Amino acid sequence: MARSKTIIPIGPYHPLQEEPEFFKLHVEGERVVELEIELGYNHRGIEKLAEDLSYDQVPFLVERICGICSSSHPFAGVMATEDVAGVDIPERAKYIRTFIGELERIHSHLLWLGLAGHFLGYNTVWMWAWKYREPVLDLFELLTGNRNHYGMMKPGGVRRDFADEDLAQAVKVLDSLVKPTMMFRDVALSDPVLQARTKHVGVLSKQDCIELGALGPTARASGVAIDVRKDHPYAAYDRVDFDIVTTTNGDIFDKVVVRVLEILESIKICKQCCQKLLTVKDGIDANLTDIPPGEGIGTHEAPRGEVIHYARSDGTNRPVRYKIRAPSFMNVPTNKRAVVGYTVSDATITLAAIDPCYCCTERTVVFDVSTGKALMTGKDLLALSHEKTRNLREKYSSRMDKIWI
Amino acid sequence: MNLKLKALTKSLWVFHLAASPCNNCDIEILDALTPRFDLERFGIQLVGSVRHADAILVTGSMNRKSSERLKRVIGQAAKPCFVIAVGNCSCSTEMFGKSYNETKPLDSVVPVDAYIVGCPPKPEAMIQAVAALVEAKLAAARKQV
Amino acid sequence: MADEVIQGFRERFGGAILEVHEKSPSRTFIAVDPKRLPDIAEYCYKELGCRFSIATGMHMTSGVEILYHFALDRAHRFLNLRVVLDLEKPSIESIAARVPAAEWVEREMHELLGIEFKHHPDMRHLLLADDWPDGSYPLRRDWKAGGDGDNGKK
Repeated sequence: MARSKTIIPIGPYHPLQEEPEFFKLHVEGERVVELEIELGYNHRGIEKLAEDLSYDQVPFLVERICGICSSSHPFAGVMATEDVAGVDIPERAKYIRTFIGELERIHSHLLWLGLAGHFLGYNTVWMWAWKYREPVLDLFELLTGNRNHYGMMKPGGVRRDFADEDLAQAVKVLDSLVKPTMMFRDVALSDPVLQARTKHVGVLSKQDCIELGALGPTARASGVAIDVRKDHPYAAYDRVDFDIVTTTNGDIFDKVVVRVLEILESIKICKQCCQKLLTVKDGIDANLTDIPPGEGIGTHEAPRGEVIHYARSDGTNRPVRYKIRAPSFMNVPTNKRAVVGYTVSDATITLAAIDPCYCCTERTVVFDVSTGKALMTGKDLLALSHEKTRNLREKYSSRMDKIWI
Repeated sequence: MNLKLKALTKSLWVFHLAASPCNNCDIEILDALTPRFDLERFGIQLVGSVRHADAILVTGSMNRKSSERLKRVIGQAAKPCFVIAVGNCSCSTEMFGKSYNETKPLDSVVPVDAYIVGCPPKPEAMIQAVAALVEAKLAAARKQV
Repeated sequence: MADEVIQGFRERFGGAILEVHEKSPSRTFIAVDPKRLPDIAEYCYKELGCRFSIATGMHMTSGVEILYHFALDRAHRFLNLRVVLDLEKPSIESIAARVPAAEWVEREMHELLGIEFKHHPDMRHLLLADDWPDGSYPLRRDWKAGGDGDNGKK
């Protein structure tokens, strides 16, 4: 007798995920046995659009590939253009770029932490993580004019300078983030329910990561010590002191820990940049006017992993070819290995654990292909995840001195 | 005045629908629920099903793959239901209008009740827009009576 | 170390290495014979320990070009393998079986540029709608709006 399987669609319009994506989960009872991924709902044809723009217009376009890692794409993009031209930019511009890149990592990781909390049923974590994220967005607005889509990168340097008094404000905000971040770290390390939900769940082995070319915290949580900031140093990353964070278990817990600790490293980097910007004043723009024929590559360690841009020039002011690859393009396929074999109530947090920047890659929609009967909605899946947390809380309540709502 | 209209202006349930966004608008919508803006004190809640929605917030442009599905989803909402285009992409396709993937603004697919421009619009702007929409609908309803 | 890597390629693949352009210490472009590309790609991935980062397909006047971008992270370097394929019917052996990370990358290049990747395990559309007209490759220079004759501005 054939065992019954059920299909559970998540998406394409699912309240759990922020972006449209189609995942098809095939389950047998409670266990996920297969995952199908279908993209395409977010495709805007940006590479082709870039061919119609000049090199200094392209950063505005590519910024809008992703709202969360908004400066990551322009960061890699302007470096690709500078690589074509073989141009070096002023040191001050390098520090400003580094500062923006790291501040973005802080806001992005806090955002993810909040969403992860929400998916697991810890709405307090969501509210608190996003509450602490607000001052970071305020800082962006102070320094760049916008909470998101800062428009800071340009080929040859940066578009705006920072005033010394604004840097002082920046340091204050950064200092104020240390304690809350440590609190999240301590929650992760001490809360038995969070650990029960995330340890040994959604495991990606080191081999999986290497085979699929996984990037960023997704790879580092599995012990793959890659980070563009160390492997292909750029901007001011070779002039500041920081560590890359790796763990070895490759489960969701490790992904939480890597991201939380990375926030602390980013705070360190930002403060060093603020310090340097008080004295390094050699200009913010190399005043690039011509891009010679040739090709160039720019890479940046975005919050989700390596972003890579490639530009081919024929000497005119528009790229002949502009290639963009967001980190999630490599990370999303790892879901097949991380979700399969685990229970369906863990699927939602596992899919979210790679920190999908759907916009970057076009998230997948999950649907389960079995018999085609008994469809569960994504809302049901979120409810399943919350229920699992509730059950675990009851189990652990005697061992907990704090109940996280 | 229409009882449903009166009721929904007291406590607006919104459904968030992402077409092909960069996600900034979506995050700012969620942000409006967080402590600083705290939408819920106005009785506004995000709901998980379009059938419970009084207003649908749509982000991102329509494209070849998403247009039909979106139309269907919006069609499932119980009337009256306000359709709100959030962000430049859904208002006007922003800079993606010439895409080969046939991007188009929301109002070319469904009638839109309100446009919130911005890239992304700040949570304050969204709250202001929803409040203004509710006011406008109430005023229109009073005129009819 | 830079020389050693190029030496290694030449010793191993001889005449299949058509041209080497060392743009900078961190950027090397190696034009290779398309027939040997899968072996060379596997060599980069398995023996040199490179990470496959992405591949860029391009419709140029001389042919359809693919650049396979391999990152040699420990050497702070990108090794970019270049092949030039036939303009009308670009075709090459898939590397997905040897470099699993290439699976989606080849699917994308196929649907946007019309490159045939022989023996690829799953050549379905990745990004484009399922009802996208056959033979319509948007990243080609001569691409005109869809088989239906519009650009969706219905």
